[in-house]
Amino acid sequence: MEVTYYPGCSLEGTAVDYAASIAGIAPLLDVELVELFDWNCCGASSAHCLSHQIALHLPARNLALAEKVGRDVVAPCALCFNRLKVAEKALLDPEEEELGIPYEGAIKIWDLLDFLTQDVFLEALAPKVVAPLINLRAVCYYGCLVARPPAVTGKTNYENPRNMERLLKVLKVKPIDWSFKTDCCGAGLAVARPDIIDTLVQRLYERALAAKAECFVVSCQMCQANLDLAQERISRKFGKDYYLPVFYFTELIALALGHPDAHKWLAQHVVDPMPLLKSRGLA
Amino acid sequence: MEKPAHQPIKPQVSLAQELTKAHLPVSSCFFCRKCSGGCPLTFAMDILPHHVIRLALLGQEEQVLDSETIWVCSACQTCTTRCPNGIDIAGVMDWLKETAVKRGRPIPDEEVMAFHRFFLKSILASSGRVSETRLLRNYTFYKMRRKLDLTELKQNINLGWKLWKRNRVRLMGPPALQGKAEIKEIFRKGEF
Repeated sequence: MEVTYYPGCSLEGTAVDYAASIAGIAPLLDVELVELFDWNCCGASSAHCLSHQIALHLPARNLALAEKVGRDVVAPCALCFNRLKVAEKALLDPEEEELGIPYEGAIKIWDLLDFLTQDVFLEALAPKVVAPLINLRAVCYYGCLVARPPAVTGKTNYENPRNMERLLKVLKVKPIDWSFKTDCCGAGLAVARPDIIDTLVQRLYERALAAKAECFVVSCQMCQANLDLAQERISRKFGKDYYLPVFYFTELIALALGHPDAHKWLAQHVVDPMPLLKSRGLA
Repeated sequence: MEKPAHQPIKPQVSLAQELTKAHLPVSSCFFCRKCSGGCPLTFAMDILPHHVIRLALLGQEEQVLDSETIWVCSACQTCTTRCPNGIDIAGVMDWLKETAVKRGRPIPDEEVMAFHRFFLKSILASSGRVSETRLLRNYTFYKMRRKLDLTELKQNINLGWKLWKRNRVRLMGPPALQGKAEIKEIFRKGEF
């Protein structure tokens, strides 16, 4: 299956591990990711704070480019996905202001997790699992912006999404139910207000531990960055010794399918997942 | 100076009208406080999300435009999602930030505003895509000029080094886009 792929700036920057794992597993699922030609930044969580106009026009340009190609678009980043959906709504809703960009709405915009957890892929995955990730106790942590607000994203299960859990069960991971899977990690405030991230993320660590989880599984590189990069700082600040590796769901697919490069991507995390995997006999 | 609590508010309709014009009507708020109940960031706010909506409805421009709350909002969209009356509360927060800057109001959380500015500048500077490495470098220099916090600087250098060792720092900027001129035009029209 061919789809248009809109990687976004982070996957060309700090989230190269996420990018590599996506490129690694796509062929295993017979997905061809064709990168959107000449794509630009969606404006992320900054453009909409300072300019409504710029925040709409940046993703609208990408959508117009994608529609010319004609294939559905897949975005691995929650922010990119959300901004594309906001632009789509503005372009198609007659009650919104006129953007002056022709757009029919003939293509579908997917976030990567939703795309890869369609029944067809889960069914294709099951027989390919050669290294079942048994005994790994994980909580799923969904990015805010793939689900909210439903008026933009079109999602129906926005308070309690279950598709990552469904995927993990196929990989034989034990997903643990918890109530904070869609709580915010602070997202783009990470740089200007790390103090806020510390409070929000420490809460998530505590709640994950209370649920007896030993790692997070995420589908957003902003979530991954906040949970992973800040772990040492937060441990120091709160006098704790947190050890909670933060996996991308794509990395777990790669591990379970025995992809030879999976460990290389995991080695790029700041919190090293290897001690956990080794202790569970998974590495 | 804080206003004494008993001082009566003089309601104005102009702000609510402006919000309606921007497709962000607030007049259906019936003060259920669900927005504040679900907001994960209230601990860092000076007024709560439902206060923002109520004060906007009463036309208390200065109080909402000058609040720290609008800058602390992470745009997680929980309030907008849960509002029983369909008020786009996170959208109102955005409109207030943009308006506060345009009207030259004092910004209580200047560093957050500066980060957003650096982000947009970074898109423009590399003609379409953000170089995270350059953005973080530029912002760190800005922060050092403002206030030199050695502990924080040490932490940032330490983290930068860790990312560097893990091959997650890109010194090369993003490629120049063919649609460079279109991006410039978007920023010009957006008056940035």
